[in-house]
Parts: sequence; C-alpha cells; structure tokens
Amino acid sequence: MWTLIEQIFPYAIMFTVPLLITALGGLFSERSGVVNIGLDGLMIFGAFACAFSVAKLQPIMDNNILAIWLGLAIAMLVGILVSLLHAFAAVTLNADQVISGTAINLMAAAVTVYLARQITGSGNINIPEPFTPSNVKFLSDIPIIGDLFFTRAYPTTLLVIVILLLSAYALNKTAFGLRLKACGENPHAAEAAGVSVRKMRYIGVMISGAYSALGGAVMMVTYSGQFTGTVAGLGFLALAALIFGQWRPFGVLAATLFFGFATTVANVSQVIPQFQVIPPIFLKIFPYVVTLIALVLFSKSSRAPKAAGEPYDPSGR
Amino acid sequence: MRRVIVSLIAVLFGIIAGAILMAVTGNSPIEGFSYLFQGGLKTIDRIGNTLATATPLIFTGLSVAFAFRTGMFNIGTPGQMLIGGLFATAIGLTVDIAKPLLLLLMIVAGFVGGALWAFIPGLLKAKFNVHEVVSTIMMNWVAYWTVYYVVPGYFKGEYLETESKKLPADSTLRSEFLSDLFNGSYINNGFILAIITTIIIAFIINKTTLGYQLKAVGFNKHAAEYAGMKVNRNIILSLLIAGGLSGLAGVAQYAGNADVMQIGIMPSQGFDGIAVALLGANAPFGVFFAAIFFGMLYAGTGFMSAMTDIPPEIANTIIAIIIYFAATSILIERMINWFIRGKKRKKEKLAGSKEGEQ
Repeated sequence: MWTLIEQIFPYAIMFTVPLLITALGGLFSERSGVVNIGLDGLMIFGAFACAFSVAKLQPIMDNNILAIWLGLAIAMLVGILVSLLHAFAAVTLNADQVISGTAINLMAAAVTVYLARQITGSGNINIPEPFTPSNVKFLSDIPIIGDLFFTRAYPTTLLVIVILLLSAYALNKTAFGLRLKACGENPHAAEAAGVSVRKMRYIGVMISGAYSALGGAVMMVTYSGQFTGTVAGLGFLALAALIFGQWRPFGVLAATLFFGFATTVANVSQVIPQFQVIPPIFLKIFPYVVTLIALVLFSKSSRAPKAAGEPYDPSGR
Repeated sequence: MRRVIVSLIAVLFGIIAGAILMAVTGNSPIEGFSYLFQGGLKTIDRIGNTLATATPLIFTGLSVAFAFRTGMFNIGTPGQMLIGGLFATAIGLTVDIAKPLLLLLMIVAGFVGGALWAFIPGLLKAKFNVHEVVSTIMMNWVAYWTVYYVVPGYFKGEYLETESKKLPADSTLRSEFLSDLFNGSYINNGFILAIITTIIIAFIINKTTLGYQLKAVGFNKHAAEYAGMKVNRNIILSLLIAGGLSGLAGVAQYAGNADVMQIGIMPSQGFDGIAVALLGANAPFGVFFAAIFFGMLYAGTGFMSAMTDIPPEIANTIIAIIIYFAATSILIERMINWFIRGKKRKKEKLAGSKEGEQ
C-alpha cells in the first residue's frame, strides 16, 4: 500500500499544482468581490503565452531552464493584461461579471488557437524541453514528507508552495489582505474606512490573472509539454475547488489535493489492480459531484464573500 | 429599438476587432471578410449550410434567453446539449419503430434529457439557494464525462473508439426535400423544429400566464412571491424548459447536422448560446436572427480558410469579442447618449444664437 501511495503521489502533486495556483487566483478575485469564471480562459492564455515564448526562446538561448522561467514570467504578464479586460468590465463599468468572464473564456479558446495556427500551421505548439522531475535537495531527505512531496518533484511545485504560503500570509495577516477581503464582504464599509474598493478589486482580478496564467503555464512546462488550445476544463475545476475549499487558502489546498488525487486515481485505475474495481466514470465525475454536495451542505453556512458578484455602487448605501 | 442599435454596434465592434486581428497577423481583412460572407451566403447550398449551422445555436440561444427572463444564468447549455444528444442517440440506436414516431420519440427524449440535467441545478437553486452558475458548470463536466464513458461503453462506433455508432438515416432529422431545395446542403428538419420552437417560446413568454409569472420572478422575486406566485416552482420550471431547449440543440446537432456523437468534446454551441441570447436581447425572434448571423460566420469560415491563410478560429474570435461588447453594452449606451446629447447641445446652441439674433 505504501509503495502504491509513493508511486501515485508525484502524479497527484503534478495535477494538483496548476489547479492549486489557479484556484488561489480565483480566491483573490472573489475575495475582493469579483466573480471570475474566466479562470479557464486565463489559464489558456497563460498556457499559450508560455508555450509560445519557450518554443521561441529555447532554440536561441543556451540555458533551457532559464528560458522556461522566462516563459512562466511572460505568461503571468499576459494573464494580468487579459484579466484587465475582465476588471474593466466588472469594476469600472459594473457589467455582469459572469458574462464578462464567459467572454474571456470564449476569447481564450478562439484567439490562442487562431494565433497558434498562424504560427505553426497546426494550432499546436510543442515545448522543446519541458522541466524534468527531480528530487529536491535536502527536502527530499525528510522522512515521509520528503518521499511524498519532494521526490520526483518539479521546480514549479516548490514555487507554487511558496506562493501559497505568501498568499495565505498576505490575506490573513497584512493590511492589504484584510482590506481586500473587506471589499468582498462589505464594500461600503471598506470605502468608508478609506479603502478604494475599485482599486482593490482591480488588484484582486489582476492577481487572479497572474496566478491562473501561471497555472496554465505550469501545466505546459510539466506534464503536458504541448499547447493544444485547451486546458481540459481545469479552470472550471479550480472554480469548484475554490468553493469546496470555502474561499480559504488552505481549504483550497486541501480541495485541490483531493481533486488531484481523484484525477490521478482515475488516470491510473486501468493499470493498477487495486483501483480496477471502481468504474473510471465515478472517479472522473467525483470532484464535480462532491462540489455540488458541498454547495448544498454549506448553503446555510457558506463562507462565500458576501458581495462577490455584485457591482460596487457607491451611492447604494 | 435602442437594444437593437446596441446589439448592432456590438456586432460592428466585433467585426472591426476581427479585421484588426486579421491585419495584425498579416492578412487582408477585406479579402477575408469578402470570402467569409461569400462562404456563408453566396450560393443557395451555402445559405442552407448557414441555416443548418445556426439550428443548434437557435436552441441554445433560446435556452439561455428563457432562463435569463426568469433572472437566471443558464451556463449549463453544453452539458444539457450533450445529455439531450445522448438520450436521442440512445433511442435512435436501440428502438425499432416507424420513422415519424421514432423521430418524435427522439425529440421528446432529447428534451427530457436536457430538462433532467437542468432539473438538479433548478432544485438546488429553489431549495438551497445554490447559485445556478456554479451548479450548471459542475453539471456540464458531469455530462462531459458521462458521455465520455457511456458512448464507448454502450454505443461504440464501428471504426473509431471515440465516436458513437452511426445513426441509421431513418433515425435522423435529415430531409431529402430540404436538402434538394437547398441544392444538396445539409440543412435538415432540425431547422423546421427550430422555427416552430421559436414561435412556441415567443408565445409562452409573451402571451401566457406562465410566461408572465416567469418574467415577474425575474424582475423581482419578492414582489412575485407577495403577489402569490410560487417562486420556487417557477424557478425549477424555467430551468426545466431552458434545459429541454438545450436538449433539443443536442438532438439537432447529433441527430441532424451530424449522425454520430464524438466523445471528449464540450460542444461549442452551448456557450455560443450565451452570445446568441445576449445579441438577440433575450427575445425569441432576436435570438433566431442572432443565431443565423453566427451560423453564417461559422459556415463562411470554411470557404474563407480554404481561399486565404486566415485560420477558421476567426469566427469564434469575433463572437467572443461581440459577447464582451454586449457585456459592456453600458459603454455603448453611454456613447449613444453622449452622441445624442452632443446633437441636442448643437441644436440648443443654434436655437440660442437664433434667439440672440432676434
């Protein structure tokens, strides 16, 4: 049993990481009061930007690894730029946030494939040399935890763990985080206390853009290796994880780990005898059904940001 | 009237943005759009293809618009469409009865499948106040994986693992009469069904007590409840009908335009329904014409990408940009207001200067 866990753990982590960072992005946006169902689209933009720049940079740069890190940074920048479209609609124009998010999703699927087709002809972009998993120095020597989290790990895993810790700290312990959350709970009170609700919401949406794009990019440089115009609905799964994790960073971590495992088990269930008893369909629909159940269970005591999805109207006090 | 102008301006912006994208990627926008419109409209069979491509969009557009009228956002159209298509395909492949009866049964099954898929979000919304946007997104992926495993498991195609078995010609909406009328286009009875459905939905929304109640719930839930309407029942009913309409889109797509179901694809017609509904201002006939416009864009891209180097995704890009501008329609309205006020100011100035002369 232990060897089995040891075997599937790296894969589960691999699937969890893009999901985790994207859901964290959604957390910042929703906590500031802007619903962002465009996470999937932002991931696609990030995946495209990363795949494109790494494919261009690796042949001309000597250092393949550096090219990947540059690709990740470019993806985040593109994510921020695209998310500004959503922020402009949702915050400045008080437009319907769900429709604007949907527009981002549709735009991503269309524009990136359009560009990819212009560039490569086929619409797919290959990354010449993606990251290869390796054992993290020192950390992989820690008993149990080292075996599970830092053996055959990608460098991006460590990056995302650091971002998670910093984000949790920023949200819960800093003035910035508390202000951001206030804008999502009671924007009028926040404004009265001297916080610029619009500015905070812009920041929230931009962070979601950067994180989700990073999520899409991480997917490219780790297990995927090829841009195909989709992230297999991972952005929507991140949305589910956000709800299941009840809008808290470590709740989201638990939810994404859970979903990452479900995905891995579903993927390997055909080859590992212990899992063959479970029909794969149940494992695949599991995260979504669990989220529906969570929605019902938490419907009375939901910790959803109270003002999420509502445009901020300064005169509506 | 103003809504129509706003929609048209959104379309114009979408086309301009498409032109810019074409130009930036080194293509000629004039050439591109001329081939695009020729591809969608030039000959009678291309017009037929445009209408056929529009057919599922009419249904998904009606679906989104109908739920919108009750104040709900049905983003579950792709999933409902898949399940509607799956139900219809299952009936078409297994039941053996005379053609008209079989088709009727398939249509009913498709409607029921879609409605069933929307029933759960409706129930969750009415009973537990779960937001329908999130629950319908979850249902989409449940539908996606259900089709992913059920089709190869029970209706596997002869050659491909990723396709369902071909529906026999008698159990699809294909119509030789329509096909001949449009010079061999793949237009089919689905389009007739779409016309009838549009009229029925317009009638329900505008002329019946049910439609009035649904709209009342959409305008103000509490006022509707105070007036003695059963709000929860109306929420569920509205989503049931909306889901059923998306189910019909599945029938029109998988047993009309195509005769197989492919797995691993979230049908794009689902989310496009949101664009159609927005552009059609949630009015049934507005939806109808918006869908035909989008149908033309999609049908025309094939010809366009054959004649130029422009990738076919330009159609989706234009549609996505149209939605964005429809979502930010307040910007367009401000522009119109500014324009009108500017004219008024000019008039006042003129009138003022005349008064001065007198």
